[in-house]
Amino acid sequence: MIHFVLHEAKDTVAVAVVEGITAGADLTAWIMDDDKQIAIKALQDIPIGHKIALKDMAVGDTIFKYGTDIGRVIAPIKAGEHAHVHNIKTKRW
Amino acid sequence: MITKDTTFWGYRRANGRVGVRNHVIILPVDDLSNAACEAVAHNIKGVMAIPHPYGRLQFGADLDLHFRTLIGTGSNPNVAAVVVIGIEEGWTKRVVDGIAKTGKPVVGFGIEQHGDHDTIMRASKAARAFLQDASELHRVECGVADLWVSTKCGESDTTSGCGANPTVGSAFDRLYGLGSTLVFGETTEITGGEKVVVERCRTPKVAEDFMAMFNRYQDVVNRHKTSDLSESQPTKGNILGGLTTIEEKAMGNIQKIGKKCLVDGVLDKAETPTGPGLWFMDSSSAAAEMVTLCAAAGFTVHFFPTGQGNVIGNPILPVIKICANPRTVRTMSEHIDVDSCALLQRELLLDDAGDKLLDMMLRTANGRLTAAEALGHREFVLTRLYESA
Repeated sequence: MIHFVLHEAKDTVAVAVVEGITAGADLTAWIMDDDKQIAIKALQDIPIGHKIALKDMAVGDTIFKYGTDIGRVIAPIKAGEHAHVHNIKTKRW
Repeated sequence: MITKDTTFWGYRRANGRVGVRNHVIILPVDDLSNAACEAVAHNIKGVMAIPHPYGRLQFGADLDLHFRTLIGTGSNPNVAAVVVIGIEEGWTKRVVDGIAKTGKPVVGFGIEQHGDHDTIMRASKAARAFLQDASELHRVECGVADLWVSTKCGESDTTSGCGANPTVGSAFDRLYGLGSTLVFGETTEITGGEKVVVERCRTPKVAEDFMAMFNRYQDVVNRHKTSDLSESQPTKGNILGGLTTIEEKAMGNIQKIGKKCLVDGVLDKAETPTGPGLWFMDSSSAAAEMVTLCAAAGFTVHFFPTGQGNVIGNPILPVIKICANPRTVRTMSEHIDVDSCALLQRELLLDDAGDKLLDMMLRTANGRLTAAEALGHREFVLTRLYESA
């Protein structure tokens, strides 16, 4: 089963595509553009549609998804943690 | 598999355009005429009133847009005939004359000096005759390029960008190659992905026109915002679904224009394209506003990907919902026409998902009711540019 998808190998977050992902679970992520699968571990529960961090990130780092800049880190994030509005913010507006 | 020889059964109108529905609509010019329109629709079974809250003391570009939207709605080939009712005869005639250019049956009634009773009686007689005439029209075989297809997504989440929107993109790439007329829009919802759209513009002039529309809308946001627009763009629903920033939402949004089609031109709100190709329409990202503008521009089938489950429909434009979120498909199945969830489990190839959508497009064009039509979703929302006088 595929638990997460990401678009490009350089993406620093992946999207949960199944329900019920819990902290501690060993999971599979699918890199869609490369059609390659990687193993990842969740440190927190991740609701369906929400993102998991794929690497440790510091305040000010850029988040990549679709191989593109989608915002900046506003609170430190560890690989495996839930990545959302509490630790990422837009660079626009 | 769709090819240039693929056909569907549609209603060919006097002006050559092809519709996939055969509605007789009762169209108010203004808010004051809604009651009379609804009374006519109550009297004559099978016609449809399209009430809305505007049309009084508008002026300038906002008034032009009001007329363009009403005239465009009546002119849409999914509409067989139109009864227009307004509070007075001058603006009513302006709408009637605009729709009459298509050659379809249209008549108008002003309420002043007659009252609701007399207006409803006369309009009901006209509506009854239009409906009976429309019921005798037959579908004829038409080429797939006669379909004009619009797209706009709603209540998106991250599965929209990975699954439902790329499904539309795959279908758009195919339709573009067959000479179809296509449109996308949602100007603020391209924020963060505008460079991707610029790279897809056919000429530097198209890119310049697109960026002028994009920058104008950014100015509107910057002038009126009180925060970074969180909970408005992305919406509260988007955020609950896992979308974090406008850039992320935008990159998901533009998956709808596929990988191959080029942007051939830009359109003002409710403006009709002058030829086939992919058009960008400067528009709000609010679902019902954008879909109403697409219908007014003459589009006859709509692709609407959703993640969290936007339930929108339109009175005259069949709205086909595509979803790749298994929770939404499970909890809101009555709203979903095409399930793309298997795409995210690598059990369905993107082109096969696109084929599934194109198959549903043809079935819908042939007469199959969409989920939104069956559920009675008829959201008709006019875009306003500024306050009335």
